[in-house]
Amino acid sequence: MLEAKSRWTPYWQAAPLALVFLIFFILPLLVTFIVSFWTYTGYSIAPAFVSDNYLTAFDKCFSSLPDLCTTFRTYLSTLKFCFLVWLITLVLGFTIAYYLTFEIKTPTMRIVLALLTTIPFWTSNVIRMISWIPLLGRNGLVNQALMGAGITSQPIDWLLYSSFSVTLSLVHINTVFMIVPILNSMSRIDRSLIEAAYDNGASAWQTLWNVIIPLTKTGIAIGSIFVITVVMGDFISVGLMGGQQIASAGKVIETQITALQFPIAAANAIVLLAVVLMIIWTMLRFVDIRKEL
Amino acid sequence: MARAADLELASVTKRYGDTTAVDAIDLKIKAGTYCCLLGPSGCGKSSTLRMIAGHESVSDGDIVLGNDVVNDLPPAKRGTAMMFQSYALFPHLSVRDNVAFSLKMKGVNKVERSIKATETLKTVDMERYAERLPSQLSGGQQQRVALARALVTDPQILLLDEPLSALDPFLKIRVRAELKRFQRELGISFIHVTHSQEEAMALADLIIIMNNGKIEQQGNPRDIFNAPATEFVARFIGGHNVMPIDGRKISVRSDRLSVGPGGTAGTPATVRDVEYQGTAVYVSLATESGLDMMAIVPERTFYARPFETGETVSVSWDPADIHELAA
Repeated sequence: MLEAKSRWTPYWQAAPLALVFLIFFILPLLVTFIVSFWTYTGYSIAPAFVSDNYLTAFDKCFSSLPDLCTTFRTYLSTLKFCFLVWLITLVLGFTIAYYLTFEIKTPTMRIVLALLTTIPFWTSNVIRMISWIPLLGRNGLVNQALMGAGITSQPIDWLLYSSFSVTLSLVHINTVFMIVPILNSMSRIDRSLIEAAYDNGASAWQTLWNVIIPLTKTGIAIGSIFVITVVMGDFISVGLMGGQQIASAGKVIETQITALQFPIAAANAIVLLAVVLMIIWTMLRFVDIRKEL
Repeated sequence: MARAADLELASVTKRYGDTTAVDAIDLKIKAGTYCCLLGPSGCGKSSTLRMIAGHESVSDGDIVLGNDVVNDLPPAKRGTAMMFQSYALFPHLSVRDNVAFSLKMKGVNKVERSIKATETLKTVDMERYAERLPSQLSGGQQQRVALARALVTDPQILLLDEPLSALDPFLKIRVRAELKRFQRELGISFIHVTHSQEEAMALADLIIIMNNGKIEQQGNPRDIFNAPATEFVARFIGGHNVMPIDGRKISVRSDRLSVGPGGTAGTPATVRDVEYQGTAVYVSLATESGLDMMAIVPERTFYARPFETGETVSVSWDPADIHELAA
């Protein structure tokens, strides 16, 4: 009786979360995968098992090389945003986490400031983005200030509906995903290690490079996964802040869904998933994130 | 391999805001001395060590190592090396890379620093573990690696911050003996912070007893134990009975008290507790005036005429064993 109970207890304990994962994660993914092989016309979709959708997604992509087809150009643009946003959030997130961990002396202050970084989350994604518009628009605050100060004679156009504004809003939304995991690994670093490095003649930069960064690696990897997966699939920021003029992998899927072309959208989603998984897999080859769990 | 040097502290002071942690202490430690800074927590011994190490700025006074005032030098330029309380080994680096860390910081090339690190690991008998990570080592092994990491810079003085506190009692005694042996072989000064008088007695050539940021007494263990200067020292190092006599304070060593049956010559007292310790028996006593005392009686003597808890006895001592304490 007791034996049977102890053998099954872990499974029961894991069951609720497993169920949630099954219904809201595995199942939709499976459906997406299945639908990606279906056929569709302008007004209907029908179960089938054809690879047409994948062929359409990469139509003439390989035959026209070295010229890039639309799909490749879209992915290139998405990857470019992804890399830029990843780099900027990494530098920002690391710097902020460093400041909170090593420069703030009292734990209370550290918690207060760490909570401050989460304040942007009190409003929705879309509101956070839209609020950039009055700031960056042609007659926005930034342009008025620049012209008022006599720095420019006419409004700067590239502030809004540009790659700049897309990157800006993505950085704005995602930096906290980088801060939290890095802060978590950094705060576990024993202070005496920093002292030991100093005792061994390491300069501040040498300590950073040889002690702090290696010991923060797992936090950096986890933060990077958050940021990369979010940015790779983003279509709201790219749409809103890019003035619906910039293509991204997520945007393509969104457009196809709006046109009710579910099978091709599903195929593109599977391709996107594969690309993101490859990026993460590559990253995990360098860092063992299980150490952090 | 290392060049031994004298260390001198001249009215060294450390203030944190309004509190004075170390109050104008003067100290001379000759090259090749095993020195223990001993005292209760908060007495200023760690601050003193950290100032010598260069991890804490000096508020006032000078620290002189060899012929140089080193107040403003960073640790690595002083010729000191520190061994941290929890060893502070870099968890992501192998034992060899831990030991070679300071050489890497100096820009020594890979081959040379690997050779030097292996050599140093040999002196602490750890070269077999060079490829391991610190987490794969026992406490005693980690301690040796920490020692090797400190020694690889050829320091003139090694500073140890409670190096044995993380070890279990058996290992503590073994590692203690090792530290003493390393110090003898290297011929450099070790300055060792501890709150254990037993550790200090076992290791030190020179014990510095600190209290409230000041040095209460310094000297070799035997002098301090036989002639504690103040009541604080007598109580802190233990094994002494402090008694007020005619407005003065005196101390008598616990092992110099003799306990006789009640009614015989001496001070009457009640046995409060009897603790068997193998070679000796610790008898806790309370005199009629309410003074607590402790007599350490050799096992054979005690069992020739054992006493029970609650029994009335007479305590006496040779007047020659009375030691006067400063106020």
